Amino acid sequence: MKQTDNLQKLTIAMPKGRIFEEAVGFLQEAGLQITSDLAESRKLIIPVPETNLQFILAKPTDVATYVEYGVADVGVVGKDVLLEEERDVYELLDLQIGYCRMMVAGLPGWKPTESPRVASKYPKIASRYFREQGQQVEVIKLNGSVELAPIIGLADRIVDIVSTGQTLRENGLIELEHICEITTRLIANRASYRMKSEAVDDIAQKFLQVIPRNQK
Amino acid sequence: MSKPLVFEKPLGMRDILPDSLAKQRHLELKLRHCIEKWGYEEILTPSLEYFDTVGAASATLADRMFKLLDKQGQTVVLRPDMTAPIARVVSSLYKDVPLPIRLFYQANIFRAQEKEAGRNAEFFQTGVELIGDASVDADAEMIALAIFCLQSVNVPSFRIAIGHVDFADGLLEEIVPDERAQAKLRQFLSDRDFVGYRHLTDSLELDGRSRHRLHALLQLRGGKEKIAEARELTVNGKARKAVETIALLWEALEAYGLTDYVLLDFQLTSHLNYYTGVIFEGYAADLGSPLVSGGRYDQLLAQFGRPAPATGFGIKVDRLMQVTAVDVPTSSKTLLIYGAANRQEALMRAQQMRSAGAIVVTRLLEHRGELAVWQEQADWTIIDLTEEREG
Repeated sequence: MKQTDNLQKLTIAMPKGRIFEEAVGFLQEAGLQITSDLAESRKLIIPVPETNLQFILAKPTDVATYVEYGVADVGVVGKDVLLEEERDVYELLDLQIGYCRMMVAGLPGWKPTESPRVASKYPKIASRYFREQGQQVEVIKLNGSVELAPIIGLADRIVDIVSTGQTLRENGLIELEHICEITTRLIANRASYRMKSEAVDDIAQKFLQVIPRNQK
Repeated sequence: MSKPLVFEKPLGMRDILPDSLAKQRHLELKLRHCIEKWGYEEILTPSLEYFDTVGAASATLADRMFKLLDKQGQTVVLRPDMTAPIARVVSSLYKDVPLPIRLFYQANIFRAQEKEAGRNAEFFQTGVELIGDASVDADAEMIALAIFCLQSVNVPSFRIAIGHVDFADGLLEEIVPDERAQAKLRQFLSDRDFVGYRHLTDSLELDGRSRHRLHALLQLRGGKEKIAEARELTVNGKARKAVETIALLWEALEAYGLTDYVLLDFQLTSHLNYYTGVIFEGYAADLGSPLVSGGRYDQLLAQFGRPAPATGFGIKVDRLMQVTAVDVPTSSKTLLIYGAANRQEALMRAQQMRSAGAIVVTRLLEHRGELAVWQEQADWTIIDLTEEREG
């Protein structure tokens, strides 16, 4: 196949926030020359000298968007984002980091109500889940502090991700139902997966070397 | 939704202004010249079709079609593609025309409910259909013509990914006994969710060799060597037949001298079971979504009463606009200004210039101040025939 230099250049979208540190550590272990102070830099596009890589730092939900539109070739993103955003991308690898659970929580002693309301940062996941359970619920989209909703009576249950469960406990909530497990994934743009197949395969291969070491 | 404001257009609809349209028409002309040389004849079908005929046969999901009611209360759709209408024509008006039939189109098609920027609800497509030829050479002709089309409009770097719908299907049928698991795995592949695919294959009760074969599918993307790898994974039957078709197709593309542009991708699957054989997608550098899509659809014509094998492809002209390196020829323009007294002389002269190929705008000049607007624009030559010429 024809090769040009341009086709070896790879833009990687990285999520700021919850899984950032773990993801950077993972990339370093995979042999990518990136420094740990990536996050402290205020720059949003960070080229890695002497390689064909550059990083884009983005909000986790935007990582999938960047990759779908092809402004980033590959991205590191949580399955929670993929389930919620339903982006048309290749989901290549489960990196087995950033582990948490998507679940339904509520106050202890929760009883089914006549007009159930669920608050979530993940309205699509919440709607889909309850629909599959044969329940019609009203979903309220929140952008943060979801645990507050049952306490102040905005909703009777919430759908959110939980890693240690500490935030839930501190707010007096309990897990009611387990929806699915969430880990971090390597995703690729449809065109990059073909146009830059060698470069994409190369990075996937490097990541693959690290995964078994991280297995719990 | 609130009442639209005066500058707003329905979701996904766009205006195309003169500069962009000039470029688009220029590209379309080049594509047309390329396609005509292969003996394809242009066809145009109506914008509106019945939902129950073309709508039902189309590869587009019903909820993405623009539906309306005609005066008789029939549901009609804005054509969601050109392939189904062409199948209708070939089976009706063209029913006595012997196969194979080669047709092409340059048309706008409509797909509703796209939610975001860059997703047009109306878009332009140039495409070809080769109906009545089941041979591998017909498949190769499609891929070769697609490549020559992209070359004709100077797409700097592109690849055509080629697969066969029966490969993954056949492999899953060979290895996975449980039909529900098969369907799920097929869904994972068509969702491009390899993680889900791998998790499910790991949880199935299979011997090591079978599991390896399922996993190996995820590596089947590359050059000619993938044909041998694919062959090793299949025992016989459907998937093996698909590999042999791809092998023959590769030979045909070698004969065209075009294998440099080709990436074999045995993971390609067809959504909605529309395609029935070889399928392909064209990708360009710096463009996030496919530029070309096509393949074999041997079941479609039967839905219109004239069963026949068929293959074809469409090029998305809107996306082509973003990646082409073609220069649109610009022509110089002349402004001819005149006074009331020499109007006839001026208009005659303008007409002579136009006959000779020039672009001429004439204007009765009342105030010299009006000239400033034209003088600011570099691509205008001004010929001044006014009487009031000073000096």
